Amino acid sequence: MSTTKNPASGTSEAEASWQEKTLEPTLRKMPERMEQFTTTSLYPIKRLYTPSDLDGIDFDEDVNFPGQFPYTRGIHATGHRGRLWTMRQFAGFGSAFDTNKRFKYLLAHGQTGLSTAFDLPTLMGLDADSPLSEGEVGKCGVAVSSLADMEALFDGIPLEEVTTSMTINAPASMILAMYFVVAEKQGASWRKISGTLQNDILKEFIAQKEWIYPPRPSMQLVIDSFKFCTDEVPRWNFVSVSGYHIREAGSTAIQELAFTLRDGIEYVQWGIDAGMDVDAFAPRISFFFNAHNDFFEEIAKYRAARRIWARVMRDRFGARDPRSWQLRFHTQTAGVTLTAQQPYNNVARVAIQALAGVLGGTQSLHTNSLDETLALPSEHAATIALRTQQIIAHETGVTNTVDPLAGSYFVEKLTSEMEAGALEYIRKIDEMGGMVEAIDRGYPQKEIHEAAYEFQRAMERGEKLVVGVNAYTEVSDESVQPPMLVIDNQTAELQIQRLADLRATRDSDGVARALDLLAAGAAEGRNTMPLLIDCVRAYCTLGEMCDALKAVYGEYQEPDF
Amino acid sequence: MERKIRILIAKPGLDGHDRGAKVIARALRDAGMEVIYTGLRQTPEQIVAAAVQEDVDCIGLSILSGAHMTLFPRVLDLMKEQGLDDVILFGGGIIPDEDVPKLKEVGVAEIFTPGASTQAVIEYLRQHVRSAA
Repeated sequence: MSTTKNPASGTSEAEASWQEKTLEPTLRKMPERMEQFTTTSLYPIKRLYTPSDLDGIDFDEDVNFPGQFPYTRGIHATGHRGRLWTMRQFAGFGSAFDTNKRFKYLLAHGQTGLSTAFDLPTLMGLDADSPLSEGEVGKCGVAVSSLADMEALFDGIPLEEVTTSMTINAPASMILAMYFVVAEKQGASWRKISGTLQNDILKEFIAQKEWIYPPRPSMQLVIDSFKFCTDEVPRWNFVSVSGYHIREAGSTAIQELAFTLRDGIEYVQWGIDAGMDVDAFAPRISFFFNAHNDFFEEIAKYRAARRIWARVMRDRFGARDPRSWQLRFHTQTAGVTLTAQQPYNNVARVAIQALAGVLGGTQSLHTNSLDETLALPSEHAATIALRTQQIIAHETGVTNTVDPLAGSYFVEKLTSEMEAGALEYIRKIDEMGGMVEAIDRGYPQKEIHEAAYEFQRAMERGEKLVVGVNAYTEVSDESVQPPMLVIDNQTAELQIQRLADLRATRDSDGVARALDLLAAGAAEGRNTMPLLIDCVRAYCTLGEMCDALKAVYGEYQEPDF
Repeated sequence: MERKIRILIAKPGLDGHDRGAKVIARALRDAGMEVIYTGLRQTPEQIVAAAVQEDVDCIGLSILSGAHMTLFPRVLDLMKEQGLDDVILFGGGIIPDEDVPKLKEVGVAEIFTPGASTQAVIEYLRQHVRSAA
């Protein structure tokens, strides 16, 4: 029996009558287009949601008001009325000088925070002159091999006044050390600078797969940075627990939610096990989610994420500071949904995905450029992507009220289903002994692969249509292709030359000494951050620092799953 | 009895984007082929050595890093050195349309870009791999 408070409009009796008198004649006349309707994650969606779907959802306990536990409706009482989200476009290509110019361009056009993309060698902890870096220097992001590059990257940008996000993981501590030394040289106080380091090594093992060391020493590096920032750089967000890459690798929305939050739990547990007080560091943990195509599924995912995290932090970890309970997140639209076919259609996709992020209450947002499936974004395409956010913020009216979709039978029900699905995964991983152990077994990796394969099959059966790819493929004008940004090989040559000059002019004894101290300190279990900062000050290169730790920690080889 | 088609799926380059490579490997396996997947970050030398050792009929390279114009020709050169003349080299990934004819000219048999179905790859291989004795 339904317990709805408004019997006139939605009792099971009324619903039965509607089915008989209204629905069935309609279905007889016109059957539905598909037998089963599903989200892009292949999650089944019902024909209709009614007040009876709210059974089991307690408004005060489960939804409540924005700014109040469990924050389902957002962490701020005023939503985006008080402050808009930070429009944070990810940028980085070529040399540090090239990217510095793009940063200044974006700041001049109203962007409010910086976000740095590093090239593949940097992401793997390799110097530009490593043989393994050949052909990849500056191609997918900016090349940073030493403090000299970091100084050029932020030249003329006052670090006390901007917040900077850096997408780097395996060598995150080394890059963070470089940023702190640049701040020091600018005369900016470590206590005042702010920004976000991705530093999420767990999702590297799960999905993005840019690792250096095995999981356990990698986690030790992460915890060292937590401790150092908590003591010395209190406004720094030292980890951005990321579902983005998990989703891009082919997971479902529920898997993205579950694995990301379980990664978050793993970091908190390791921090506590290392002797930290949960409320001293948990407020600086932030999250990073994907904004995929399925509009309501995404909104439900963000709302469920806040609810789960608040309860985990309060009830599982005993955190008392409300800031530890509040899940803050960055959103990026789904790169994997962009199509090379009819690329201008991507503008529409990105706008709708971004809208889901905004309605889900994101704190910051990156909108992809229409040409990103072909190459790095051109300046024009990057500007359209930023303008898309500005249109949502200032023209659509969706920011006028807080969490406007709350109370929707469908959205509340889906939020609860996302939550239940994620909690089931979290329970399974707890039973395995935690995320590091689950990674050892290949559990999240296999689950994601399964989902990616299922989606591919659904697409090939024609159950999922992608405009321009397996439907509506007629192209009216073949010549309509956006201009592309091409990174030439000169970048690599210049970068290698700069590195050779650096190696020739720095104090090589000081370099050797700093690297020895780093390796010795890591072997003794001392905090690596101050040692890395000393290496950076001596102009040790990224590759040298990473290699010194390889000798202590070993290197990761992915088992065959 | 006809020998099953043997394929090496390889992932050169520094990036970790193995979704496509793994989906293709699985689809080819489900279609009854024998698939060996090399794992991430394989050099052209490692890839060709694996092809020799595994006695494969074809090699599929998945490349999303933009280094395709360097990597395909290098693998082809090494294949020639090793006498793998009747082994088909094909590939997939983020490869701009204008590079496809250039790659075919140097000897890459086929390129499958995003949106290609696994069925298309399966059919291509069934048609083009010599029926082994």
